[in-house]
Amino acid sequence: MTIAIPPDRNDSSKSLQPKGWLKYFSFSLDHKVIGIQYLVCGFIFYLIGGGLASAIRIELTSPLSDFMARDVYNQVLTLHGTIMIFLWIVPVVNGAFGNYLIPFYVGARDMAFPRLNAVAFWLIPPAGLMLISSYFITGAAQSGWTAYPPLSISTPAAGQIIWILSVLLLGGSSIFGGINFIATIIKLRRPGLKLLQLPMYCWAMLGTSILVVLSTPVLAGTLILLSFDIVAHTGFFNPTLGGNVIVYQHLFWFYSHPAVYIMVLPAFGLVSEIIPVHCRKPLFGYITMVYSIMAIVLLGLVVWAHHMFTSGTPPWMRLFFTIATAFIAVPTGIKFFNWVATLWGGKISLNSAILFSCGFIINFVLGGITGVALAQVPFDVHVHDTYFVVAHFHYIVYGGSVFVIFSSIYHWYPKFTGKLLNEKLGQLHFLLTFIGFNLCFAPQHWLGLNGMPRRVAEYDPQFQLINQISSVGALIMAISTIPFLWNVVYSAIRGPKSGDNPWRALTPEWLTSSPPPVENWIGEAPLVTQPYGYGTHRNENEDLSSNEAGNVREQS
Amino acid sequence: MVKTSTILSISIGILLIIGGVWVGQNVDLLPVDASTNAPVYDELFKVLFSIGTILFVGITGLVIYSLIKFRRRPGDSGDGQPIEGNLPLEIFWTAVPAIVILFVGIYSYDIYDRMGGMQPLSNNAHNHHEMSTQQRLWGGIGSGSVSSSTPGEEEPIPIEVTAMQFAFLFHYPKGDIISGELHVPTGHPITMRMESKDVIHAFWVPEFRLKQDVIPGQPTILNFTPTKPGRYPIICAELCGPYHGGMRSTVVVEGMDEYQEWFNKNSKTVETTA
Amino acid sequence: MTALSPLEQKSTEESPQTEHHEDHRLFGLTAFLVADGMTFAGFFAAYLTYKAVNPLSPDAIYELELPLPTLNTILLLISSATFHRAGQSLKRNEANTCQRWLLITSALGLAFLISQMVEYFTLPFGLTDNLYASTFYALTGFHGLHVTLGALMILIIWWQSRSPGGRVTKDNTFPLEAVELYWHFVDGIWVVLFIILYLL
Ligand code: HEA
Ligand code: HEA
Ligand code: CUA
Ligand SMILES: [Cu+2]
Repeated sequence: MTIAIPPDRNDSSKSLQPKGWLKYFSFSLDHKVIGIQYLVCGFIFYLIGGGLASAIRIELTSPLSDFMARDVYNQVLTLHGTIMIFLWIVPVVNGAFGNYLIPFYVGARDMAFPRLNAVAFWLIPPAGLMLISSYFITGAAQSGWTAYPPLSISTPAAGQIIWILSVLLLGGSSIFGGINFIATIIKLRRPGLKLLQLPMYCWAMLGTSILVVLSTPVLAGTLILLSFDIVAHTGFFNPTLGGNVIVYQHLFWFYSHPAVYIMVLPAFGLVSEIIPVHCRKPLFGYITMVYSIMAIVLLGLVVWAHHMFTSGTPPWMRLFFTIATAFIAVPTGIKFFNWVATLWGGKISLNSAILFSCGFIINFVLGGITGVALAQVPFDVHVHDTYFVVAHFHYIVYGGSVFVIFSSIYHWYPKFTGKLLNEKLGQLHFLLTFIGFNLCFAPQHWLGLNGMPRRVAEYDPQFQLINQISSVGALIMAISTIPFLWNVVYSAIRGPKSGDNPWRALTPEWLTSSPPPVENWIGEAPLVTQPYGYGTHRNENEDLSSNEAGNVREQS
Repeated sequence: MVKTSTILSISIGILLIIGGVWVGQNVDLLPVDASTNAPVYDELFKVLFSIGTILFVGITGLVIYSLIKFRRRPGDSGDGQPIEGNLPLEIFWTAVPAIVILFVGIYSYDIYDRMGGMQPLSNNAHNHHEMSTQQRLWGGIGSGSVSSSTPGEEEPIPIEVTAMQFAFLFHYPKGDIISGELHVPTGHPITMRMESKDVIHAFWVPEFRLKQDVIPGQPTILNFTPTKPGRYPIICAELCGPYHGGMRSTVVVEGMDEYQEWFNKNSKTVETTA
Repeated sequence: MTALSPLEQKSTEESPQTEHHEDHRLFGLTAFLVADGMTFAGFFAAYLTYKAVNPLSPDAIYELELPLPTLNTILLLISSATFHRAGQSLKRNEANTCQRWLLITSALGLAFLISQMVEYFTLPFGLTDNLYASTFYALTGFHGLHVTLGALMILIIWWQSRSPGGRVTKDNTFPLEAVELYWHFVDGIWVVLFIILYLL
């Protein structure tokens, strides 16, 4: 009854979107479709999380708890943290770009386990909807994204249980994704392609996926125990039943510290792809970049207790965790200096992609430096759980990961759609985001140092002015999404055609048509051994690239 | 040509370092210091602030300079120099942060030690409180600083702190005073034994640069010596429920005489100790 | 009604790049077991920390009886061996022998579960009695869940390896190998659990 279409049929470019937009709402097995699904789904959650952040910032324009009730504020901030981390950054830097790019980079036609891949994605929307709907049904969890017991045991149970369930689903999704990436990178490489010839993003994803596989299950186990405490009244973390609240914190941060590298290592990888293309220079220090990723992975697993310096940990433990934490600055620093060296002496196109990447470098260095300060126990005891910490991590997660996501969208949009984005709007978006971001979060350092704790709906009136400045920054950030959204939607419909390789890039995803055919290449996958061969090695590769592009055009 | 550029970059570097140190020393971002702990903290802060400023301004400067200097000129579609790496450079920028980190680590260890963080836990309050054998004590910074002072010379004042949703209660075992406000005399060591009744709270006085979680089922110790008279906020720094933001109290640092007056007025057991 | 998309076609055909299919499926499973092992590791770490930090008052301490769990350990170890025999038989194309060994393996698994149940019912403490009781049940229960799942999967493999018409044959050993790997993993976890929970 059903007739298979021969794979070599000529109108393969038409078969890219056989059912138009609908395929993005289907259980597609195509890694590119899944990647876009992750990206769009994540972005919707970003808007919701950003809306919640706006609510937080509105509440904080006055020192009184007047915009929303105090328990609602706690629900909002819990939802904001959870959504931004588990439904925006993690799925997008891993799931979206990982799924889209990794098969190209290893020269495969799809991920190792396409079906598992689709399952991993489709766990996300229900988990997210469940989480958000808890707000409307029973009231969302209100113990912060860290859900420390005994608070999480004593707040209304329904919201907390829904929170646990959805984080478990999201964790499962992330583990499935991680397994898939490891298998794809190790096992599906095109014959002849060596590990040390892979683009840097593959290494970043390999490291990240190792972290995911090793640490996420611990969070899952912990949350299962926590749910027993809530539902079955066991006493794992309940002191009135003999339990120990510190054990929860250890287990939680054993996952959640690596989680911060799960949010940022892929971003490092993406930047390593974007900068060389727009500077027309090879990535500086490839090998040291690889080693530093692996060093971050190793160190990242043994620093978790720096979140617990004031919880009452033995002195030797604090000392060990201080040193281990601070040493992460060394491999991270290597990466940053390598990027600067890549910029140095290049021919830099000052487009939106490179602007966001450089914005990322600047913001992240500041966030990293405050991180190293926080790692020092005596420093941390004053600023722990204050707005200083809030400033630290927004500089990293927003100034770092989110800037990289925007940079990546500007870079790969032509790949996704075959259309060019409007450059002027992109630069406007960058300008507004950069100014708004710094205006919003830089003053928060001062707030923390001077005595404003985090997670409060009401505060000392002396902090009102600075909080209002911060809120103005948040407003500018919110406005900055308008030119972006307009640009992305308008260009998809009306944007000028980009051609297959508008950046003249050498990484394998560009050596096919844009957008690519279903199985990525019409003919055989190209063997790209020098993904960053700009400059001298260029000629051979250019031949390859023009050949390939030619092939594609001939055949289509 | 080469020579002038090296001279230029070296002098920029020196300027940067001088500027960073100046900023660290002169830009004051902290509230007043009101405990023996605080000036030590501020010392560390200045060093970290200087190093941070130098690194941040340096790297930002490099990025912005590259963006301007090496921007692609219109019509130029060539490639940059194909430099793929440089071993001495890599070693240099691995070593420099490593040295900085080591220095900062050792320095902050020293600071921590001076704050009393590395000493074994000593709890002077336990004389007045029957301790259940199973409970472990946990300490924060300053936990041992009091015990290091020779006993007898200045006996620290023991205070028992109870935190609950959403208030702190201070109990002075000596006079059996229960107060919602913490009164302490200047220059006198205080040792606090803290425990929570329900969820985790945290005791924070920004002017003391001290914070310690108050945990249910697991007492924590916090020791300090206030130095400047005044009224400072005590802030709960750990999310503990809807009114977490309102969970505040005040620490009143006053001269010995005023403190004694307050103590005698509130004391239930007439135990006038000098 | 709609024509098969090229993509679905691919997953039914063997494209050149997916030749080593078995290979990376087992690899993926191994990665999954590492993850699963980390869940157990988290539980063990919690238990050991409780032991070090929250000692029980002496009158509440209950010495666990050893005979039943020792029997359980032996049951599981034997079942690992019998599963191994099943795999060998399949490779030698002796479907019936293979099926026999599989049946024995799952019977051993069931025996383990029954004996575990017996232990549960004879224990003087319940899930919420104290911290150790809770941890004990959480750990053994989570492991028992793994055994239950394993025993079920063995039965499925057993059905699929029936001689004419079964899907699991000499040429398609993957399902059997996968379940075998999982089963050895679950046994290994039990040994660790036995040492930490009963012997330490
Ligand atoms: C993507 C996320 C991300 C990343 C990458 C990081 C990176 C780092 N973080 Fe951060 N952190 C968070 C997200 C992140 N963090 C979050 C979300 C929290 C709060 C959680 C909560 O409580 O809700 C937090 C909290 C947090 C704390 C606890 C604070 C507290 O609650 O009291 C600490 C303490 O040590 C810390 C330290 C660090 C350090 C040392 C790094 C390092 O990896 C940074 C290394 C980078 C650099 C240093 C810059 C580049 C290096 C150079 C240019 C070389 C030269 C530099 C030097 C020699 C200094 N972080
Ligand atoms: C991981 C990523 C991430 C990102 C990207 C952000 C982005 C932002 N965050 Fe968030 N934040 C966290 C992670 C993140 N945050 C975490 C983990 C916490 C801790 C939670 C906890 O304590 O448990 C936190 C906490 C936190 C606080 C502290 C709350 C408190 O402690 O009381 C504040 C306060 O200013 C804040 C602000 C912001 C702002 C202004 C943005 C902005 O950058 C957002 C900009 C985006 C927009 C403004 C969207 C624009 C769109 C619209 C406005 C349209 C709305 C449309 C619809 C609703 C359909 N965040
Ligand atoms: Cu008590 Cu917050
Ligand atoms: Cu951390």
